[in-house]
Amino acid sequence: MKLTLKIWRQNGPSANGSFESHTLDGVSEDSSFLEMLDQLNEQLLGEGKEPVAFDHDCREGICGTCSLTINGHAHGPEDSTTTCQLHMRKFRDGETVTIEPFRANAFPIVRDLIVDRSAFDRIVQSGGFISVRTGSAPDGNAIPISKVDADNAMDAAACIGCGACVASCKNASAMLFTSAKAAHLNLLPQGQAEKDERAINMVKTMDEAGFGNCRNYGECSAACPKDISLDYIAKLNRDHAKAKLKKIFS
Amino acid sequence: MFSSSLGKKYLMALSGLVLIGFVFVHMAGNLQVLLGQAQINAYAHSLQSLPWFILWGSRLFLLAAVLIHAFTAYSLIVENRKARPNLNEIEATKRAGLASLRMGLTGSILLAFIVFHLLHFTIRTIYPEYAEMMTTVGSPDGTEIHDAFLMVISGFKHDVISVFYVVAMGMLCAHLSHGFSSVFQSLGLRSESWRAKIDLVAIGYAWIIFVGFSIVPLSVLAQKHGIYEFYDPSFFSQEVEEKSLSTNLLNNES
Repeated sequence: MKLTLKIWRQNGPSANGSFESHTLDGVSEDSSFLEMLDQLNEQLLGEGKEPVAFDHDCREGICGTCSLTINGHAHGPEDSTTTCQLHMRKFRDGETVTIEPFRANAFPIVRDLIVDRSAFDRIVQSGGFISVRTGSAPDGNAIPISKVDADNAMDAAACIGCGACVASCKNASAMLFTSAKAAHLNLLPQGQAEKDERAINMVKTMDEAGFGNCRNYGECSAACPKDISLDYIAKLNRDHAKAKLKKIFS
Repeated sequence: MFSSSLGKKYLMALSGLVLIGFVFVHMAGNLQVLLGQAQINAYAHSLQSLPWFILWGSRLFLLAAVLIHAFTAYSLIVENRKARPNLNEIEATKRAGLASLRMGLTGSILLAFIVFHLLHFTIRTIYPEYAEMMTTVGSPDGTEIHDAFLMVISGFKHDVISVFYVVAMGMLCAHLSHGFSSVFQSLGLRSESWRAKIDLVAIGYAWIIFVGFSIVPLSVLAQKHGIYEFYDPSFFSQEVEEKSLSTNLLNNES
């Protein structure tokens, strides 16, 4: 395959970025999107140019490190797929592919296609934990949990924190991520002790980080490589309202 | 409670819910125009003769809902622009419909429509003669009451105004189709199994409101252009407005 790649280049956080076009020949249809970028970087190095900086780690679709907005879609046009699991056979020979970083004020660009997603870490730090007693390890299965709750919590915990929800949202809202992280613990008995504080604090940290407001488009869930449901956003809305009301009347 | 991003969503949902309920009552009231002059005049008169605190209480309540809805929307939009200052080179969507993406546009048009509509039929500054239209038809005790029927027929005889009303109701239809289901999402009052049902009810509700509101201006236009006779044809003769106005003016002078 021969491709024209239109790639966002930016030297640093405060530098002005712009698009740069490169032609890449001999791309295998069986290569992944990231392998295609590796091939481009080999070519750039051969020409004595600076390679394109992009995030990647496991390349198995489970770590949430890879990002990229490809032709306007976070993680590319395929559903339920991370960029590392996107294959070049999904593109046409001769196609122009536009590659941009995840764009959001709360995700400042570090370099080229790499963005700083540490705002997500701050949201998790503010409520994505439970308190347990230290000492001897508790017995496995000591706390009975219904199958429905366990499955539901597991679906929320499937979030890999890649940030595609923010990048695909026209308002850069982090509600899908925050609600999945909150619901995962709020659904389980172990998470009940801090449930109200969790809902309030995680939303507060999310707001402070400069994410936008959810407008119920559903783009986040459509772009999510793990198909996190909008249901969790409704649940966080509900948990947050209940927590606030309890605070007012307590 | 209402300072966080979710707090603003609760405000949007609650004020929206008030307006969702209001448009249905307003539409049901409007449809009485189809039942004739006596019916709508009696209904309009009964609303106007409500105790002042109920009448003005409801008006202020609705005004507050509109203002809260509009100002919160404005503040959300400003924050959202700040959250995503750089647009993508390609802005693609997978699931979001036009109605949800254009809530700000349809909402702004509706706000302009509400102002025009109040000046047109409620405060009557656009056509001050509407306030002079009096009749005994539909009056509970035979005294002269405001002729709401004549006002509506006269108002919708203007092609441009009627078309504007119908277009605005199209905007309301789009706005409601996303807004109605968003109320349940924003307040957290739904689950995955309910979502499809609520979305369906939202679209059904939006269409009912659109058709219900559009019938009145469209029926007046249809009769004016000789397509179908919905109302007493004497209201469509050239002299009727002038005659009713001149009698009223004479009465006032004497």
